[in-house]
Amino acid sequence: MNRVRKMLRDFLATAAATLREIFDEAAYARFLGRSGTVSSSESYAEFRREFEEGKVRRPKCC
Amino acid sequence: MNKTLAFLGWATVAVFGAGAVSTIALRRGEPINALWLVVAATCCYALGYRFYSKFVAAKILALDGLRATPAERLENGRDFLVTNKWVVFGHHFAAIAGPGPLVGPVLAAQFGYLPGTMWVLAGAVFAGCVQDFVILLFSVRRDGKSLTEMAKSEIGRVGGLVAYVAVIAILIILLGVAALIVVNALKASPWGTFTIAMTMPIALLMGVYLRRIRPGKVLEVSALGFVLVLAAIWGGQYVSQDAALAKLFTFSAPTLAILIMIYGFAASALPVWLLLAPRDYLSTFVKLGTIALLAVGIVALHPTLHMPALTRFVDGTGPVFAGKIFPFAFITIACGAISGFHALISSGTTPKMIARETETRMVGYGAMMCESAVAIMAIIAACVMQPGVYFAINSPAGIVGQAPATAAATISSWGFPVTAADMQALAHAVGEQTLYNRTGGAPAFAVGMAHIFSHSLGGETLMALWYHFAIMFEALFILTILDAGTRVARFMIQDALGHVYKPLGRTSWYPSILATSALIVASWGYFLWQGVKDPLGGINSLWPLFGISNQLLATVALCVATTIIIKMHRAKYAAVTLGPLSWLVAVTFTASWHKMFDADPRVGFLAQARVLAVGPTPLSSATVRVIFNNRLDAMVTGVLVVMVTLVLVESVRQWIGILSGAREARVKEAPFVRTRLVEERG
Repeated sequence: MNRVRKMLRDFLATAAATLREIFDEAAYARFLGRSGTVSSSESYAEFRREFEEGKVRRPKCC
Repeated sequence: MNKTLAFLGWATVAVFGAGAVSTIALRRGEPINALWLVVAATCCYALGYRFYSKFVAAKILALDGLRATPAERLENGRDFLVTNKWVVFGHHFAAIAGPGPLVGPVLAAQFGYLPGTMWVLAGAVFAGCVQDFVILLFSVRRDGKSLTEMAKSEIGRVGGLVAYVAVIAILIILLGVAALIVVNALKASPWGTFTIAMTMPIALLMGVYLRRIRPGKVLEVSALGFVLVLAAIWGGQYVSQDAALAKLFTFSAPTLAILIMIYGFAASALPVWLLLAPRDYLSTFVKLGTIALLAVGIVALHPTLHMPALTRFVDGTGPVFAGKIFPFAFITIACGAISGFHALISSGTTPKMIARETETRMVGYGAMMCESAVAIMAIIAACVMQPGVYFAINSPAGIVGQAPATAAATISSWGFPVTAADMQALAHAVGEQTLYNRTGGAPAFAVGMAHIFSHSLGGETLMALWYHFAIMFEALFILTILDAGTRVARFMIQDALGHVYKPLGRTSWYPSILATSALIVASWGYFLWQGVKDPLGGINSLWPLFGISNQLLATVALCVATTIIIKMHRAKYAAVTLGPLSWLVAVTFTASWHKMFDADPRVGFLAQARVLAVGPTPLSSATVRVIFNNRLDAMVTGVLVVMVTLVLVESVRQWIGILSGAREARVKEAPFVRTRLVEERG
């Protein structure tokens, strides 16, 4: 039973981490860590600016 | 004991798979259940992943779990980042899954369910998954280099230049076709247009929420946006029922085309945080949710496929698009079987996130298998409809006639009975005035999806809501690709122009932004306009052109892969990429020849131009334009083929040189560095 619960917990944690990565929440958290700032309107604006000017253009397929 | 159990388990999977594939391939004259496709696909993917991808990984690529990846060596917290393999898998799948695996299989269903299903299964297992996997691994071993950079360093300057031009060309053609699909789905549809229009204020609201109220809470605001979109779909029915409001949201195809071009230009030239980024998130949220929901719906409902295994249109006389089953089935379905565009993603962000080489198999091969499964779902959605209904929706007025009775009579005369009353009832059920001549695949997919959803969730009363949910899902999806694609193409052009005049390369210099945005939008806008004005509905000309360019890009990717494999002294296994490459060369070159020179004016661009040119004189300006467009399409096809031929010739020269010992077999990999992650993980 405990094993099933642990597997379920791991699955949900991975799914949440995947969604956070896909939706750039993880990237924002890394940005905050890197720049040593806390989440705010200004930080998010700076993160978006850096994100848009990034070298990697994130193509999406047809 | 374990070995015996594993053997018995895999033998059972193989027997089940063979049984399901045989049923799909051999059953004639009676409808089959969609579950046969599900079982066949599941078994093929399981066997392909367990055995074929393992063979490629072990014998050819020699994946090395001890070799540090660029995500570890170059980690900077931004582009390069060691990431959990399941997270990279999800991220990669979200990037490769677009409207292609939904639209292509729906169009190819005019041949019956058999050709599309077989191509999707075999194409994915032996070609598409392999391409994505090897390109991903080769990019990982080259510090995350892009396909164009790898083509340049491994094949030569010609390879790099052609890959670059091919990427721009495919982007432009893709964006034109994608916009045409949206136009055909939304024309004369106030409900659909209202819903899509509402996504703009919803996205603005999301943008403000993200920036001012809860910075960075993207999942939260996407869920909120999704609820608002559902409310917009619900509200759309009242708009379509109110004469004044309906008029406000009813547009002709040319008007919609102009609006989409304006949108594309604004999307490329304006800052993205307010509108585009939130729309992108919303689209991804809806996309992932809908694909999961569709999978559950198909398994729960396990509908019957009414489309026959093979239709009479394998002879090339199909109304949806003209051309014989070979080669046209294989360029119509690209994403879902093999797509050159995936090579850009496998050599884009994904290789910079991979923690260990051994994970490239699951991410590259595995994610493409999931994409292929989406294509199987699209085939099911198209084939659950009565064939007469499918052809009434997908056939252009130029083929079946404008009047409902004429169209129904023409389609019935092909052996697919349908009546004007059936079509009227269906249009009424989905809340539309008419469903005739809705070419492009999106409306047909939406009807199929609404059929599956309404039978598993909510019953017939919700058919209209599900139909418009599906239309919203596809249009939102496509518009996101339109704005992201226009920006990516703009950046690429700016990068190139920067070598000529430095300020032109600056992505923040407005004169350059405006000029390059206008150039890109004018380019895909031209194809869109051409499609809107085409008497045969546009899809007949443009989808094959898109398929050809996408598969030609896959040809370039497989040339790069084969060259590297030969340089790695694995020539005896080169058939793994050389096989798909040979098949794609046969398919794309044959298709290109037909599109340029076939004597049938419905197939050949030049033949159609000739037929129009000898029409009653003086030629109308519209006819002159169609003649010009056909010649232009023939020229674009020819240029793409010549460019890819150059890459092929250059690659073959390399292979012969290496195999004969005249050239040095030197791969341009980053030097081996032992990973520290193994020790850190203990």
